[in-house]
Amino acid sequence: MTDTTEKAAFRAAARDGAAVPQPPPAPRRARLWRGLTPWLFLIAPLALLIIFTYAPIANMVAYSFTDWDGVSPELHYTGTGNYTELFTREDLFQVFFVSGYYLVASAVQIAAALYFATILSFNVRFRNFFKGVLFFPYLINGVAIGFVFLYFFQDGGTLDTVLGLFGYHSDHAWLGTSTSANVSLAGVSVWRYMGLNFVLFLGAIQSIPGELYEASELDGANRWHQFRYIIAPGIKPVLSLTVILSISGSLSVFEIPYIMTGGATGTETFVIQTVKLAFQFNKTGLASAAAVVLLLIILAVTWLQRRLVPDDRVDLV
Amino acid sequence: MNSRRILAGSVVALAVMASGCTGTGGSTKGADAKAPADPAKVSGTITVLTQRTDLVQDGTMTKYAAAFNKTYPKVKVKFQALTNYEAEVKIRMNTENYGDVLLIPGVIKKSDYPKFFASLGTETERSKKYRFTDFTTVGGKVYGQSPIGVMPGFVYNKKVWQKAGASKWPTTPAEFLADLKAIKTKTDATPYYTNFSAGWPLTSWTFVNGSVHCDTGATSKIADGDPWAKGADLRVGDQLLYDTVHDGYIEKDPTTTNWEASKARLAKGEIATEWLGTWAIIQFQDAAKKAGIDPDDIGFMPFPAQVDGKFCATVGPDYNQAVNVHSQHKEAARAWIDWFTDKSGYDKDNLAISPLKDAPLPTVLKPYEDAGVKLIELDDSKGAKVKLVDTESEVGINTPDYRQKLVDLARGAGKGSLDDFYADLSKRWTEAQKNAGS
Repeated sequence: MTDTTEKAAFRAAARDGAAVPQPPPAPRRARLWRGLTPWLFLIAPLALLIIFTYAPIANMVAYSFTDWDGVSPELHYTGTGNYTELFTREDLFQVFFVSGYYLVASAVQIAAALYFATILSFNVRFRNFFKGVLFFPYLINGVAIGFVFLYFFQDGGTLDTVLGLFGYHSDHAWLGTSTSANVSLAGVSVWRYMGLNFVLFLGAIQSIPGELYEASELDGANRWHQFRYIIAPGIKPVLSLTVILSISGSLSVFEIPYIMTGGATGTETFVIQTVKLAFQFNKTGLASAAAVVLLLIILAVTWLQRRLVPDDRVDLV
Repeated sequence: MNSRRILAGSVVALAVMASGCTGTGGSTKGADAKAPADPAKVSGTITVLTQRTDLVQDGTMTKYAAAFNKTYPKVKVKFQALTNYEAEVKIRMNTENYGDVLLIPGVIKKSDYPKFFASLGTETERSKKYRFTDFTTVGGKVYGQSPIGVMPGFVYNKKVWQKAGASKWPTTPAEFLADLKAIKTKTDATPYYTNFSAGWPLTSWTFVNGSVHCDTGATSKIADGDPWAKGADLRVGDQLLYDTVHDGYIEKDPTTTNWEASKARLAKGEIATEWLGTWAIIQFQDAAKKAGIDPDDIGFMPFPAQVDGKFCATVGPDYNQAVNVHSQHKEAARAWIDWFTDKSGYDKDNLAISPLKDAPLPTVLKPYEDAGVKLIELDDSKGAKVKLVDTESEVGINTPDYRQKLVDLARGAGKGSLDDFYADLSKRWTEAQKNAGS
């Protein structure tokens, strides 16, 4: 029996004033299957999530209460000792100042990504080519980027050569001082991750219906007006998501400084410090505690941001 | 800047390696790997872990295995080369599957050796024939044997030093600095190359220990005393590094140094000196050959310090080879270690010092014999405590960090004074000693 005939029968029964027949209940097995189906699809992702994310985190939390050195078969429960140590040693938190450089850089990064996404969402010559160019760095392996930029910043390396072409012969050791090294590294980070932000923004912008631009043009809006009153509010959710990711990302910068400087010359970030605690000084317990603290800090920052900028629905029309 | 995912990744990595813990130890504790009585009868397939990726790739290790099979025909040897040896082996050692023969990673506590490795014999018996036995001795039993002995020293370009008018080895740090100054003014070469970026070459400044005062008990002094007290070995070494950097005898931008490239540059005379070890000589000579330069230009000199008019150099083990306590073929594994140490010629191929007590010095150290350099072996009975104090204090005499800070300080990129720097190191070190017990 098809859906329509069923409805027809139902109507007919109602017209006749007869008792409305209940649709026959599906057999128990079928109902069971219907209930199980979504879970069957979810088994694989859930299993991966639990095995590779939640179980390790649970383990890490457990290790943060021990003095394990990462390899010895013996470990002792030390209670909250690691956390006490963590919070009574101010040198462990000083490294967060380095995150400031990356915070500033992520502001630059978001602005640049937004700028390019807006421009390339309109009809521009070679538009797809530029999209590719901007997104490309994100596809390169982080380790490779680290090495490439080591050559880039070398004395007499790519950067110096390029500047030389413009007649500027710098005698600057780019990774030589703490400030200059952090700015350089943050610059590499911008280069690498801007493509991702760009693609997110581009996708959001393109989901805005085209008629809105047409209508606004008829009303005499210029490009800036279109950006200010159509694009910016239209991509607000993506924008706030990007800001959250950038801030939490800035707090947990790792691979670029780790590969390029190894944390030398004042470029050590909290994660590099944690890795060093775990793998150089074999304080896996303390490092786990540090990782837990970082996780909590990031969760807190994200929560705070969500409270400050609630995720309201966009309604342009 | 979405490094959050990377963080998650490293967290996962941390925890995955952590979750495998406590799997080892127990019943096999204290097992012995006895030398086989009859070479023809030993059989089995053994896996040998090594950090020498280059030798596995170019087939040198297979050649060793083929030679080994002439004596032990029934043993099949397989190699696994690990690029990041320390980190990878450490994680694998949480399981029972870490090869049959492996190099003892630095992270393993000496007291844990019996839990991870099978004993090769007693110290009294092995020390008759081999050097460095006390570096792996726990409770009178030896757990590892290094196939080569290494000696720290300066690799230098003879021509550049001669051109600067320094034909004799400097005998004091002051003379060394004067020679570097001469190199800087009279030649185009960079007097000293820090390898700051690679980090580990800075770490090797720790091996200054012992040669300053020609003291075999230097390691015990670090364990129980203050390594940065005035005149202490490490401080003398650190001070020389500081002065070298501070007086501007190093490369222009240390933060972007390139270790691989530095070998060829030293051979060509663009770099004059690097503080490394005897193991590096052959690599620099190879670089010289590739650049079409006479490998004899590569020289090697001891730390500029003398006791009673004699230089002193410490001979120490490289990575020690050991047998996995869980190995199913302990005899075959032991056979490999014995053969590799005694008969493979690995030491000669690397121009290194033989671990056999009665073997002559390699020819490359002829100048050492001529100059009457006294070779000493440090007593390592307090080595475990040094390691413990080092990690507890987070000073890191075996990690690059503190010397990178020293170099930054010396070239004005770091804040603070040198005295405060030493004082801080001393304070952290001596405080950790109290916690580490004796």
